[in-house]
Amino acid sequence: MVILSTVSMYLIPVLLFVILATAIYKKVPAYETFVDGAKDGFQLAIGIIPPLVAMLVAISIFRASGALDFILAGIAPLLAMVGVPPDIVPLAIMRPLSGTGALGIMSDLIAVHGPDSLIGRMASTMQGSTDTTLYVITVYFGAVGIKKIGDALKVGLLADVCGLLAAIFFVVLVFGSM
Amino acid sequence: MINWIWMTMLIIGLIFAVINNRMDEVNAAIFEGAEQAVTLSFGLISVLVFWLGMMKIAQEGGLLKALSKFLAPVIGKLFPEVPKDHPAMGYILSNMTANFFGLGNAATPMGIKAMEQLKVLNGGKDEASRSMITFLAINTASITLIPTTVIAIRMTYDSQNPGEIIGTTIAATIVGATSAILIDRYFHWRRTRRKKVR
Repeated sequence: MVILSTVSMYLIPVLLFVILATAIYKKVPAYETFVDGAKDGFQLAIGIIPPLVAMLVAISIFRASGALDFILAGIAPLLAMVGVPPDIVPLAIMRPLSGTGALGIMSDLIAVHGPDSLIGRMASTMQGSTDTTLYVITVYFGAVGIKKIGDALKVGLLADVCGLLAAIFFVVLVFGSM
Repeated sequence: MINWIWMTMLIIGLIFAVINNRMDEVNAAIFEGAEQAVTLSFGLISVLVFWLGMMKIAQEGGLLKALSKFLAPVIGKLFPEVPKDHPAMGYILSNMTANFFGLGNAATPMGIKAMEQLKVLNGGKDEASRSMITFLAINTASITLIPTTVIAIRMTYDSQNPGEIIGTTIAATIVGATSAILIDRYFHWRRTRRKKVR
């Protein structure tokens, strides 16, 4: 645990050192090259704005209108039958759609149930074990202008289902029954 | 596909807004969503500018090429369409390494660079190639060692042991990433089979 966080802490400085050391070795003009490469950064970030605005506005409307709650109310009993606690369902649905939304639900669950409760541990594991699929697709494909995304969303969401169920399974396995 | 998801969310949302009489909330949500998107993008400017600059030095110095040569035998199996010494491989590897150590800020610029190169490999088309879908699938599953944000929140709420969820998180992330790779393979197999039948 301590070793891991130390590695994470040193990784970026070490990486920068290695990059600069090879630049000296290969006689690359580091400063000019940096400025040249960095130019694209601004353009790329600006290019992400349109797809991201489109997606986040749609998700906000979907949440604020109560449509999400309606779907949750329909799905929760079904998931309860497979052993998913109803409290955790909103987080499971939100996790692939909105990172900040999921973070909000997770903090709320931890505040209400306590971080060391079964629900709190489940929420923590779910939040940490996967990324926001819709955001990743919007940013990566938006940045390079991919319009036809093929099976990307299907693959991402199905993998999320597996990951989220695995989170519930492992928490119950490690921290005891419900 | 993304078109349909987007339209469905908007239209169903608007219909529900009428049924539930939540027009005020929806009006506010429109501007909150848009603002959040712009804030996120602006937050990316600093890291994108910095890491794209550093990665350019790494590329010119031959570091990316060396990295791809070194790890290509393993990762190459996941991306059979990417030539072993192509710059895309180097970016893919740097993205995965950064994600692995929970450095999301560094991972995104490298991921975007990888996508750019994969697009070049695909002849610059606006269609997602097989490698792009695989790369996305791995990224959405995000193999992370230490979920720093989660641990921070657990600490705020006085957890007895904030780090106790690291084990379950790694186990769940491995299942997620493995299923991402397997599901991606399945869909690829289905696509190629359909083409052969035609």
